[in-house]
Amino acid sequence: MDFRHFFDSKKISFIAIFAVLTTFSVAQTADSATVATAAASHGAHGDEKFEPTKVIMEHISDAHDWHLWGHTSIPLPIILYTDNGLEFFLSSQFHHGEQDYVGKYYTYRLVDKKKIQVVNAAGAVDEAASKKVWDFSITKNVASMFLSVIILVLLFSSVARAYKKRDGKAPKGFQSFIEPIILFVRDDIARPNIGHTYARFMPLLLTIFFFIWFNNLLGLIPIFPGAANVTGNIAVTFVLAFVVLIVVNINGNKYYWKHILLPDVPWWLYPIMIPVELVGVISKPFALMIRLFANITAGHIIILSLISLIFVFQSLAIAPISLAFVLFMNVLELLVAALQAFIFTLLTALFIGMAVEEHH
Amino acid sequence: MNFDIGNPSYGLVFWTLIAFLLLLVLLKKFAWKPIMEAIGERERSIEDALASAEKAKEEMARLTNENEQLLKQARAERDVILKEAKELKDQLVADAKVLAQTEGAKLIEQARSEIEDQKKRALAEVKSQVSSLSLEIARKVLQKEFESEQKQEALVADLLKDVKLN
Repeated sequence: MDFRHFFDSKKISFIAIFAVLTTFSVAQTADSATVATAAASHGAHGDEKFEPTKVIMEHISDAHDWHLWGHTSIPLPIILYTDNGLEFFLSSQFHHGEQDYVGKYYTYRLVDKKKIQVVNAAGAVDEAASKKVWDFSITKNVASMFLSVIILVLLFSSVARAYKKRDGKAPKGFQSFIEPIILFVRDDIARPNIGHTYARFMPLLLTIFFFIWFNNLLGLIPIFPGAANVTGNIAVTFVLAFVVLIVVNINGNKYYWKHILLPDVPWWLYPIMIPVELVGVISKPFALMIRLFANITAGHIIILSLISLIFVFQSLAIAPISLAFVLFMNVLELLVAALQAFIFTLLTALFIGMAVEEHH
Repeated sequence: MNFDIGNPSYGLVFWTLIAFLLLLVLLKKFAWKPIMEAIGERERSIEDALASAEKAKEEMARLTNENEQLLKQARAERDVILKEAKELKDQLVADAKVLAQTEGAKLIEQARSEIEDQKKRALAEVKSQVSSLSLEIARKVLQKEFESEQKQEALVADLLKDVKLN
């Protein structure tokens, strides 16, 4: 693989900043988390005990309703696949987990605001029956993702129309904002890493790039239509990494498979080398999955921790400092949003390039 | 800490897979294909335009060069022609001079021989004139001398005197 193009003067600073920021943000996460828990353990005054960890975890995890303000939230459809059949109802039936819902086949209870469990006649959770119920609900993350899919399709089909309308002319308006990014993905990500067969993978790379970027940005918006932590959820990054795993291995040529199954080492090393290579096949997308999840989640945790400080100290005086840090982190997260999309796309292109590389 | 790491929600996995693949298919059909084609088309047309501009420039340079070459050639040709003309003129003048000289010499020669002729003829004339005049004079003198009988007799006598019969 040829990495030289990443080391010309302009880009090296970019990468350096990225490296510094990543380390910084991870360190920050650890610090803030400790501070938050420490503050919580001391106990806050007043009637309601403020638990930052609970609040933060609630914010970064998935939910069955889309919180708007106060006690108002958008109910989302619950879809359950049980051993008896499908169940459909709105999450508002749970009244924020305060009530059980009597469905067609079972009675359901919302535990910890996210887990749907079956309740037996005595009012206790029936673990055996709960295992048979599969939750395919349209959760906050799913709804947010659908929203982003709709917006992305509308946005880019309008850009495509602009290309048709202004055939052969210079780009204009939103088109001229998107085109450099598309060209960046093509000329700096796809072409140098994949080689002459890059065109086949452009739709995947562009979709991955814009999907991750757009969802990262949506996640930074604290209110509806944002607020969902889509790319900071391991299930989402798992799917993205899984798609990459499939694409890379489907397109792997004979050199790629030979490198894995018949590596250039003495035959008696095969029992070690082949498992190592097979682990490598999995570990590459696995790293993609963890990197995106950890970076986005870390950013959200830092911002929420900083906000939590105000409530932990129960002092308005801390607010300006807290907000200054939050502002800084938000700007940083804007950068990280684009950067993580770039890194994910770049590594995808790199893995594809390694799989389709021709050895002469 | 409830991170969902150990237990990723399969519902979310399922819907993410559907959403992402749907997005991939839709964007591929309605966005990436037309956009990449349009960009490629435009890049090709720009490249073509640049190439043809380069070609035109080359053509222009070639034409200019050719023109210069032609001009140079024409200039050289003109010089040659001028030189030739000058040579021809010099030749002509020289020839004419030689011709004139020989002609003049010939004419002079002719004139001289004519003059000589004339002179000879004139002299001959003069000689004949002189002789005839002398004869005339002699005749007239004689006539006058021998007008009287006496004289004739005297002469004869005289002559006879000289003639001594031996």
